[in-house]
Amino acid sequence: MQTFEYFKPQTVEKALITPPPARYIAGGTTLVDLMKLTVETPSVLVDINSLPLASIEKLPGGGLRIGALVRNSDLAWHPDVQSFYAVLSQALLSGASPQLRNMATTGGNLLQRVRCAYFRDPDAGTPGGYGCNKRTPGTGCAAIDGYHRMHAILGTSDHCIATHPSDMCVAMAALEAVIHLEGPKGKREISIAEFHKLPGNTPHIENVLEPGELVTHVELPKPIEGARSVYLKLRDRASYEFALASAAVVAKVENGHIQYARIAMGGVGTKPWRSHEAEGALTGQTATAASFRTAAEAAMAAAHPRTDNAFKVELAKRCLIRTLKLATA
Amino acid sequence: MADHFDLRFKHLSPKSASQPENELAPDQQSIELEPIAPESPTAGGGLTRRSFLSGLGATGLLAGAAPIVVAAPAASLAQPEQGASAGNTTLTLNINGKDHTLRNLDRRATLLDTLRERLLLSGTKKGCDHGQCGACTVHVNGRRVNSCLSFAVMHQGDQITTIEGLGQPGNLHPMQAAFVEHDGYQCGYCTSGQIMSATALLKEPIGPSDEDIEHAMAGNICRCGAYTNIVAAVRHVRQLRARA
Repeated sequence: MQTFEYFKPQTVEKALITPPPARYIAGGTTLVDLMKLTVETPSVLVDINSLPLASIEKLPGGGLRIGALVRNSDLAWHPDVQSFYAVLSQALLSGASPQLRNMATTGGNLLQRVRCAYFRDPDAGTPGGYGCNKRTPGTGCAAIDGYHRMHAILGTSDHCIATHPSDMCVAMAALEAVIHLEGPKGKREISIAEFHKLPGNTPHIENVLEPGELVTHVELPKPIEGARSVYLKLRDRASYEFALASAAVVAKVENGHIQYARIAMGGVGTKPWRSHEAEGALTGQTATAASFRTAAEAAMAAAHPRTDNAFKVELAKRCLIRTLKLATA
Repeated sequence: MADHFDLRFKHLSPKSASQPENELAPDQQSIELEPIAPESPTAGGGLTRRSFLSGLGATGLLAGAAPIVVAAPAASLAQPEQGASAGNTTLTLNINGKDHTLRNLDRRATLLDTLRERLLLSGTKKGCDHGQCGACTVHVNGRRVNSCLSFAVMHQGDQITTIEGLGQPGNLHPMQAAFVEHDGYQCGYCTSGQIMSATALLKEPIGPSDEDIEHAMAGNICRCGAYTNIVAAVRHVRQLRARA
């Protein structure tokens, strides 16, 4: 591991002073792991754990404001999250382990890096190592011609097919969360749909954060009255594993017809995968197995499976159908 | 509390007349951590099972003919008190209710390595070193975390509890006693992490069933497969608490 300078500022203003290549560290569950693998080699660490960003507040308009330093376990068990944003609580509790959830933060979860084994190889992107455009642009993607059972089938490019690993972000995509940022140029907010970037031909750029910019809060809009929400995660074992396919659904049914549907999928996309196609196929339709199947087909219409991950297409469809059943039952 | 570099590596120090000098072969490399040393001398300086095994391990490494990684370059062993070098720091950690001041600690040292290698609290185990196995589980401010995924320098001011602080022979924590009673281990390597997780979950809002215990213990892997007995031990203590 490369050695580093270490600072622990007490205010956001002071945290923003440190110029790149400083990296912010909060829970450390991604960054320390990747520093040990020399995937991440920051020369300066700015420990943001003392910043006043660890609270959850109800907003006057009915929404919820979540500080970037709120730990995954605290968010999952917060009474308002459990009552009004069940999909988020379920997604968080399906991710990682209790120990990791006690460490991992809301802001850090948004910035989780991919679990692609080629990306994680210490020598990837270096001469003699696996090609990895995320590590070193232009070195190729070893996963495309390699073993890619866990990799994405949506949003991939010829340069990267790594799956976005987060469960939390999938639920937040269905909840239409808004990410609040603060940087040297001031504050701004951005929808979660726009926060993560598709790999395209720049897979090393994973989100819209500019150098030195910090995630400060995530805002959840006011809960949809009468809607139910469910997160379902399918994986190789019952717990402590990344998704092969997952679905987050927020749905409202009136007189047997679907009045409102927000759908996002995990384990299948290169970013948390909001499916406007499935939503469009469902809205106004009856809440029946047939319309769920139609929505699932629509969600996977653009899927680009490869040799080892072709099974994910049907798995994701069944995952979504099952989640829709649970959310509209 | 001063660092005592020479305690554990006394037998390696060129200054020691009673021991042969050990030079590093040119192809031998130093690992990143600095030499293992206790922060306070063990009482009486007598030979314990731990110090014997530790010394044996280090001697075996240096004496071995294979091109192996050794604990530290001989030069730094000979000059342990040269002051903080670049990348090193001094900090105080509160562990099991006591403050420990660590001088010249490499900032890269994880909480796990600091507990084991600097404070000789070797009850906390290193398994995967990547947050995947749970053997390194400790409590920070009453909550369970993976000590391998946290730098020690980030824990100044935190209350850290390790298995040694949970209970000791003769005064076991009920969870430790339950693991003994229910045979919740085979080889024992994952056990301290299992027990740290199991005690933490008693305060977490999880459901009452065995399945809830299984999910809550999912971050602790047992390669021997003692899961059934681990769940029995946790269930036992939860029932005791429910009755109390």
